[in-house]
Amino acid sequence: MSDIQSPLPGTFYHQASPEEPPFKSEGDDVAVGDVIGLIEVMKTFIQVTAETSGVFVAYKVDNASPVTAGDVVAELK
Amino acid sequence: MAIQRLFIANRGEIAVRIVRAAQALGIHAIQAHSEADTDMLAVKLADEAVCIGPAPSKDSYLKIDAILKAAKDTGADAIHPGYGFLSESPAFARAVEAAGLIFVGPSADTIERMGDKVAARQAAEAAGVPVVPGSDGRVEDVASAVAVAERIGFPVMIKAAAGGGGRGIRVAKTVEELKTLAPQAKSEAEAAFGDGGLYVERAILSPRHIEVQILGDGENAVHCYERECSLQRRRQKVWEEAGAACLDDETREALCASAVALAKAVNYRGAGTLEYLYDEAANQFFFIEMNTRIQVEHPVTEMLTGVDLVAEMIQVCGGAKLSMTQDQITRTGHAIEVRLCAEDPFMNFMPWPGQVKTLKEPTGEGVRFDHFLSEGYQIPPFYDSLLGKVIVHAETRDAAIDKLVTALTEMEIEGTKTTAPLHLALAADPAVRAGDFHTQWLEPWLEAGNLTAKGDAA
Repeated sequence: MSDIQSPLPGTFYHQASPEEPPFKSEGDDVAVGDVIGLIEVMKTFIQVTAETSGVFVAYKVDNASPVTAGDVVAELK
Repeated sequence: MAIQRLFIANRGEIAVRIVRAAQALGIHAIQAHSEADTDMLAVKLADEAVCIGPAPSKDSYLKIDAILKAAKDTGADAIHPGYGFLSESPAFARAVEAAGLIFVGPSADTIERMGDKVAARQAAEAAGVPVVPGSDGRVEDVASAVAVAERIGFPVMIKAAAGGGGRGIRVAKTVEELKTLAPQAKSEAEAAFGDGGLYVERAILSPRHIEVQILGDGENAVHCYERECSLQRRRQKVWEEAGAACLDDETREALCASAVALAKAVNYRGAGTLEYLYDEAANQFFFIEMNTRIQVEHPVTEMLTGVDLVAEMIQVCGGAKLSMTQDQITRTGHAIEVRLCAEDPFMNFMPWPGQVKTLKEPTGEGVRFDHFLSEGYQIPPFYDSLLGKVIVHAETRDAAIDKLVTALTEMEIEGTKTTAPLHLALAADPAVRAGDFHTQWLEPWLEAGNLTAKGDAA
């Protein structure tokens, strides 16, 4: 198990846009550098990427919800 | 009917500025805030505060019905929109008036008219204000393009009439170049938009951005001189001056008179700004658009002229006549403002909303710090990154730059990143010191690594 944390405070998104599917779903392979989600901070979107490889388990916060730096936003195994 | 209870539908440093202006006028200040802004400085300073919704702007500071309900519930008789958010929304201005409240700004019709580029250009031309010379509408063939170019003068820019996004744009310096480039632009426009119509206008290649502050009471209008705002990154101003040292007195008078003519022509009420491109080589200015609100950089004008723009806009919108005549507005010395944003200038200006651990404000004669920070304050990540502005005023431009360096060096903001290192690097740059820059200057300067080098050395 490994946690992916938000690097910044902001609003966390599972999708690149409301029309797109989530970046990852349960069971997806995750490689180092894969985009897991987006943080909207001060009107700028910043990618949240995986620092370890693994298999995607779940998002730990809802789409479009506020997070603070260090919050766990997703879980890998 | 003078305003007695003013509802402030904005946040951040401009909300602080408006609360203080209202209180100085003896007006009860009611501050709106989102759920993320309950502990912001304007809420603490105001006489009363009311929550208007959740953190996202669309659910709070942009939500017209929530704002109107809160204003009614708190017994407000007027709403100040600040800048950004709903400040230039004709729908909001109309809704405020329909609710029986005063909108602190021009009429909804004026906002609508000046917010439409074509209508604003027509209003400017009708008032005798120079606009960027161009074809009156579209041109269909190369011969007509050449005829227009010879009338308005080279260099010219050829654009797709249907277009946008930069496609089909060419710059021609001579008739020969135009004859080569116009067919290319035409076919590119046809391919991209299915429409080969072109638009030809004078190309102003490295313009300065100069703007004029005006005040109006619905009948009369005055100007408070000009600002130089050419130092921009991604079309956002980062450093602003009053006045524009590049202008001679004759050009300055003509520029400011043109702004007043347009303000009077539209019966302008409140504070407004006319933006111009200035072609320094040709000593010509061209109106581009009008902002029908108070602007971020208004303090440099206040420092230059001593006029309290926010107080004046509140009073004229409450029904008062302008409290001053044009000959009472004078300019003294030189003022500079720099915008402090919660961004890391060494990391490509990545937003960095930290928690303020220590705050030491810059002080001294001719130094002003407009901001919304306090020790322990967590900067919310939901809004834009502007934290405040450091403004200095001195007898000369050189002395103002020196004072800016002293102020920025004295200031300490720990716990968050700010763009202060950018401003110190700019202040140390010989071109900035000489006033030798234009709107296309700052981005190449950053790309050339000037900030990193100077930041490391400092």
